[in-house]
Amino acid sequence: MTALGNYKRERIDALAARAGQLPEGDAGLSLTRSAFRRLRRDPVAITGAVIVLVFLLVAAFAPLLAPKDPVTQYLLSEIRPGTIPGSQEGFPLGVDNLGRDLLSRLIYGSRQSLLIGVVSTVLGLVVGMSLGVLAGAFGGWVDTVVMRFVDIILSIPGLLMAITVSVLLGQSQLSLMIAIAVVQVPIFARLLRGSMLAQRGSDYAVAARALGVRKGRIVFGHVLPNSLSPVIVQATLSLATAIIEAAALSYLGLGDPDIARPEWGAMLANAQDFLSIRPALAVWPALCIIVVALGFTLLGERLREALDPKFRR
Amino acid sequence: MLRFIVRRLLQLIPILLGLSVLLFAWLRALPGGPAQAALGERATPEAIAQYNELFGLDEPLYVQYFRFLGRAVQLDFGSSTQYGRPVSEVFLERFPGTIELTLFAMLFAIGVGIPLGYLAARRYGSFLDSASVVGSLIGVAIPVFFLAYLLRLLFAVELGWLPGSGRQDVRIDATRITNFYVLDGLLTREWDAAWDAVLHLVLPAIALGTIPLAIIVRITRASVLDVVNEDYVRTANAKGLAMATVRRRHIIRNALLPVSTTIGLQTGLLLSGAVLTETVFAFGGVGSTLYDAIRFRDFAVLQGFILMLAVVYVLVNLLVDISYGLLDPRVRVR
Repeated sequence: MTALGNYKRERIDALAARAGQLPEGDAGLSLTRSAFRRLRRDPVAITGAVIVLVFLLVAAFAPLLAPKDPVTQYLLSEIRPGTIPGSQEGFPLGVDNLGRDLLSRLIYGSRQSLLIGVVSTVLGLVVGMSLGVLAGAFGGWVDTVVMRFVDIILSIPGLLMAITVSVLLGQSQLSLMIAIAVVQVPIFARLLRGSMLAQRGSDYAVAARALGVRKGRIVFGHVLPNSLSPVIVQATLSLATAIIEAAALSYLGLGDPDIARPEWGAMLANAQDFLSIRPALAVWPALCIIVVALGFTLLGERLREALDPKFRR
Repeated sequence: MLRFIVRRLLQLIPILLGLSVLLFAWLRALPGGPAQAALGERATPEAIAQYNELFGLDEPLYVQYFRFLGRAVQLDFGSSTQYGRPVSEVFLERFPGTIELTLFAMLFAIGVGIPLGYLAARRYGSFLDSASVVGSLIGVAIPVFFLAYLLRLLFAVELGWLPGSGRQDVRIDATRITNFYVLDGLLTREWDAAWDAVLHLVLPAIALGTIPLAIIVRITRASVLDVVNEDYVRTANAKGLAMATVRRRHIIRNALLPVSTTIGLQTGLLLSGAVLTETVFAFGGVGSTLYDAIRFRDFAVLQGFILMLAVVYVLVNLLVDISYGLLDPRVRVR
């Protein structure tokens, strides 16, 4: 009883405390503004945001930060079967199996990994949202056709779908991105449609219709902007899954074939063969993937709570 | 209830038809088409024309589609170029392994996940609670194949406690009845063969079960925390029921509803091929077969396996829906 009782009391205390703050702080603010305010005070969200920001900065300034060139081979004379040189003067994390500086590859790798994450999420978002708007705005048979199509894609498990698409498109960075995006499309479409349907019956939409506002303006001016928050949250979370999925596809040999572009997933996949010789080769890219994914996830989860009226009491 | 089930079954038909169109189009859309895929990149135009005529690929598309559909219904997806055997035969041989692996992985995820999630909720704000929240976040973020490699390196290669590849020791000459190795061992009373198959399942099951575990911990925790504040729990407490009774009858029972959905969905996902985990452990289920099919461009296997796995996935989801209707009568009303 005590543990659960504690929890209850804490929740009530927290509620009471917040009830005191909310009216003065958040009164008259838009949903986005008040959500942003809450995020700013949330240490978990800040942690996520800082992680994401740090990696974005590293990616942006990779050429300045990397001590060496990421594709030049060094220390080749010291690499033998069974030995890969570890950390030493000039190579803080050592070199990989082809003698390339690990730290520099990690730094440059952030560019490709984030790029893959962002591009594939944006692709999935754009296509998914278009389908969602189509279904949510028109309803009727358009809704039925679009949603059946979405259900078909959704009925193939994500990784299988990604494999199918990348086998079809052949190996390239773009097809990797498309393969990851295809998996996201049905999720975004369903989310947006559901949230638009919920908004369509709301008072302001009915009021706008009663005033004789054109349908297009109701959809794009009123319903759509108010339906976006679950989609934004999902997009943040998708950035994490996209980066992890890219690593998985790389491991299956469906990744970016261009070895001149270091990417964490490909580095991790490649390092598996040398795991017993030098585990660091796998551990570092894996850590980067985990930390970035964690950053996006923390940010996304807290964004969900900040935007969800259920959590704002 | 029956009407609910029938309606859900009817909804399957358009999905399955759409799926078949998609996969039919997929093989036709491959660069060079199925002939090039089967004969290789250096096939001469004459050979391709001959192949197309032989397999009726020069006929109109809709004729080809209906023939494909007719064969697919009879589970005929042609022959694997790798194994030289019918795809469905390979599937039936490999799928039991994946089912066994899925069951063990879900056993691990449920057995650890539900108690952990429940304890975390009861000790809200404690170290255990924070640790399980952080752990479940990391569990979702870690690339599965990396985790699988780590487990294999540590427990199979370095420590040598558990086998790190395959489904059974090759030296064991076990009798095969169902291709479920554990079940076969039990049926034939070859206890050591069954035990060996179980040992081979431990590491892959842990690797595969980590993501469902993380999700189950989170959902259980959140849902217990939700239920604890419900009016009926307060009422039960107020009327003086023993704490154990309130927990068992009111809290756990209601909290497990959303968890059961998650368990069903995750089971469907795992059944549809643990491509990554199976590949790391060279497990020989549908997942590692798919990986080989990608590497050797065995399109018949890819097409057939993906279609059959998608059907399994859809059916499992249907079962989840139905069982949810049984567990929670409110769902049926719609």
